[in-house]
Amino acid sequence: MSSTKTPSTKRGKLVNLRNFPGFTSTSWFVMFFLYIPLVYVVIYSFNSSRIGSIWKSFSVKWYGKVIENTDIQRALKNSLQVGFAATILSTVLAVMAALGLLRMQRAGKAVAMALIGAPLIIAEIVLAVGTLGLFIAVGVPLGKVGLIVAHTAFCIPFALLPIRARLSQLDMAPFEAASDLGANERQILRRITLPLLSPAIIAGALLAFAISIDDFITSFFVAGPGSTTLPVYIFGMIRSTVTPEVNAISTLLLLFSGGVLLGSYLIQRKRR
Amino acid sequence: MTAVTTPTKKPVTRARPGQSSPKLAYLPIIFLAFAIGIPLLIIVVYSFLEKPSQGTGVKWVFTTENYRALFIQEKLDGTTAFDTRYIKVLWTSFYYSLITTVVTLVFSVPVAMWIATREARKRTLLVALVTLPFWISILIRTYGMRQIIADEGPIGKFLGLFDISWSILYSPPATILGLIYVFLPFMILPIYASAERFDFRLAEAAYDLGAKRMTVVRRIILPSIRPGVISGVALVFIPALGSFLQSDMLGGGKTNMVANVIANNFGQARNWPFGSALAVLLIILTLLFVLIIQGIAQRRGDKVELV
Amino acid sequence: MASNKRRRASYVAALAAAGALLLSACGGESTAGGGAGEETAAAGAFPTSGSGEVHVYNWTDYIDTDELKRFTEETGIEVILDTYDSNETLLAKLQAGATGYDVIVPSDYMVAQMIELGLLQDIGVSTFPNGANIKDNLMDAYWDPGRNYSAPWMYGSTGIACNATAEPGCANITSWKEYFTAGLPKMDSLKDQVEVVSAALRATGVAADDLCTTDKAKYLAAQELLNGFKPAVIESDGGIERVVAGTSNVRHAWNGSTHRMKVEVPGVEYIYPSEGLNLWADNLAVPVGAPNLDNAKIFINWMMDPKAAGKQSNFSGYDNGIKGSDEFMDEALKTDPAVVVPADKVALLSSTPNCSEDARALYTEVFTSWQDSQ
Repeated sequence: MSSTKTPSTKRGKLVNLRNFPGFTSTSWFVMFFLYIPLVYVVIYSFNSSRIGSIWKSFSVKWYGKVIENTDIQRALKNSLQVGFAATILSTVLAVMAALGLLRMQRAGKAVAMALIGAPLIIAEIVLAVGTLGLFIAVGVPLGKVGLIVAHTAFCIPFALLPIRARLSQLDMAPFEAASDLGANERQILRRITLPLLSPAIIAGALLAFAISIDDFITSFFVAGPGSTTLPVYIFGMIRSTVTPEVNAISTLLLLFSGGVLLGSYLIQRKRR
Repeated sequence: MTAVTTPTKKPVTRARPGQSSPKLAYLPIIFLAFAIGIPLLIIVVYSFLEKPSQGTGVKWVFTTENYRALFIQEKLDGTTAFDTRYIKVLWTSFYYSLITTVVTLVFSVPVAMWIATREARKRTLLVALVTLPFWISILIRTYGMRQIIADEGPIGKFLGLFDISWSILYSPPATILGLIYVFLPFMILPIYASAERFDFRLAEAAYDLGAKRMTVVRRIILPSIRPGVISGVALVFIPALGSFLQSDMLGGGKTNMVANVIANNFGQARNWPFGSALAVLLIILTLLFVLIIQGIAQRRGDKVELV
Repeated sequence: MASNKRRRASYVAALAAAGALLLSACGGESTAGGGAGEETAAAGAFPTSGSGEVHVYNWTDYIDTDELKRFTEETGIEVILDTYDSNETLLAKLQAGATGYDVIVPSDYMVAQMIELGLLQDIGVSTFPNGANIKDNLMDAYWDPGRNYSAPWMYGSTGIACNATAEPGCANITSWKEYFTAGLPKMDSLKDQVEVVSAALRATGVAADDLCTTDKAKYLAAQELLNGFKPAVIESDGGIERVVAGTSNVRHAWNGSTHRMKVEVPGVEYIYPSEGLNLWADNLAVPVGAPNLDNAKIFINWMMDPKAAGKQSNFSGYDNGIKGSDEFMDEALKTDPAVVVPADKVALLSSTPNCSEDARALYTEVFTSWQDSQ
């Protein structure tokens, strides 16, 4: 595997991968790089100045503005409605797909996996404009219903990911025991499969929810009058005038995302 | 994470949990055929149709003009000429994605290795820190990057102290920086997943046996994180190729990348068939890349599973 | 609380009705609209308060949201606002099947185009209680003679904004030609095919009355001029923000947005290019299929009130098409040469070209060709 000839070069101390030269400094630099823009947004959300880039004094007034802003409230409501609906639908469909695919024939499985994987591979802009075409063709008005359909579709692969991972790790014994004891398919599903899968289902649902809530491109193309979602609204805000209000709403979303991540982490740990 | 590579050598101990009927998968498949399959089909169909005189939508007349227009321009003086504009757009998307992939890879390997060699408690925290940006809206992260690199942002202010002018926002480097920033966690996480499984005593043993440091890296460490690297490359390159927001927000609203040109044709420019032709080209290029990645992975003995 | 609100609303309604009667009594000439709208012209028949929502689709950063709150308080109708960045984007969205907007804000030529495409509703604007407030010169607008489909909103011109303090190089720009060939850093363009291409046509010697030419040679010249023009930003939205922040110093800009830049950055100047510039007039209109037609009418009528129009001008920096609104307008607005055209510049203004389909296709061709070759 590695060279076994006696070393002719002078060797330093024992290789220690923990302290490989440059790894620590690179890592700190990368962490800094990842977080400095977010920290900047959070700090400047407390800036009382209207001009985004000039620090005046500490203030929470932009949070007040965000809370009072009825457009933000409406966009948040739309985002949550679409997000919850798409999460539930995509998770249910993902569970069905994960279980059904286990015993599916090769050809059928290939088609199914291509459809499921498509949103991960095909650029979102392509699916977004295609979906716009679909809605026009079948006469779905641009709005929440269309958004839910589109979001459900691209959330399925994300919801499926942890479920399939978990399914491949499951021990066969309980299933064999159950079928030996005469349990039927339905009972096994309800009493064994779903409970065993539940941490993965929850993880998948959280992932789907995060993906739906964050989606911009598809929502931008298929949202109609009055169904503007939060990212689409924020995009509009950033385009027109960057007031610290954008920083404030971003900070709130950061907190929310952190909360969802923490939640998923705790659920995973508790169930393990 | 969207693609997972697992070494095929892993013993197959797959049980078959549940006796669920494959019929369970029919509903999801029908739904996806409707919501994913048909839109893709529509794009292909649109790309062979004419643009109505009023713009927006399609006229049901077959034509291959949209594909021709990707490469050949009917000039206003009546002549036709080979047109490099859209080749340039595709090339720009390609090399922005390539630079993004290379840079994120160069930074991710040390970071992933570093995290993998921390003690368990610290590792959990570090992984969470890398994962968190994945859960945060790309829109907000791109916006944060814009604030940082803006002329009047912190870098500009700092350099201003030394009378150095700083102006990269609304230029190609800004777009590339935005792509690197947004997709970095997509590279770190899969490499970390591979590195975590690696037994570091192996490297130390090799070193004891006389291998040089670079040999250890090349012969032992890199092969063992290869599945993660391949996943990471796919996870960064594919979405970068079709990215829209970074070029839009950091590149000055110009149609530099292919997604921006597609979006523009379905918006202001109102030429759906041409936008569709570009979209078909983007799909083909993406699939080509997937095939290449899968080919590399298979030759190396890794099984790449998308999804 | 609710009943209180309702009472106030009906009180306001009564006032508005009285005002409308008063106005129609004063301005005898406003009955020119003809018999078609006679029954709705009776002030009592026109609703001034309602319930539910009105979906407004307007240009980005173009409406005073505090005024929208006042509208909701007075009428009980909630306003839901979406925004777009150009007439073409508005048209694209409507043609793509976005039914559900009640009020849209197309410019002159786009009103004409939309009427031609059957996208707008004849709502008899001139017969509205506040219809008589329409300024005489905007009453018989070419895009909507007699004002049946649309009510005037803001109007202004499109020239060049220059922050001479930050970029002294733009201070000597006097023409479109100099602007397109300046090659300065931090230049900023509108993303608007009519504005950009018409300016390039003017720069290459096309006369104001020939801007809808179908002579390809003229477009070719404009295209060649544009080939060398590579601004840092091509974006209609957010121009004010960028100039104020110092990210952009020279911008193809509307006069009102330039006014707003000047308020924040005193070094900004509005340049009237010597080849002439577009005078545009935006309008409130109701698209076919609007779900809340009555609310849309109430909204449009409310906005034609002098106070409401004046307040909107104060927000957006443009003059508006409503008589008597000057009274409510800020002094800074009335003395800004960007807003009030200096006497020696009046001759430079001409209407935004309203072109035939063929000419429009050439505009699109030149614009996307320039856009995609950046």
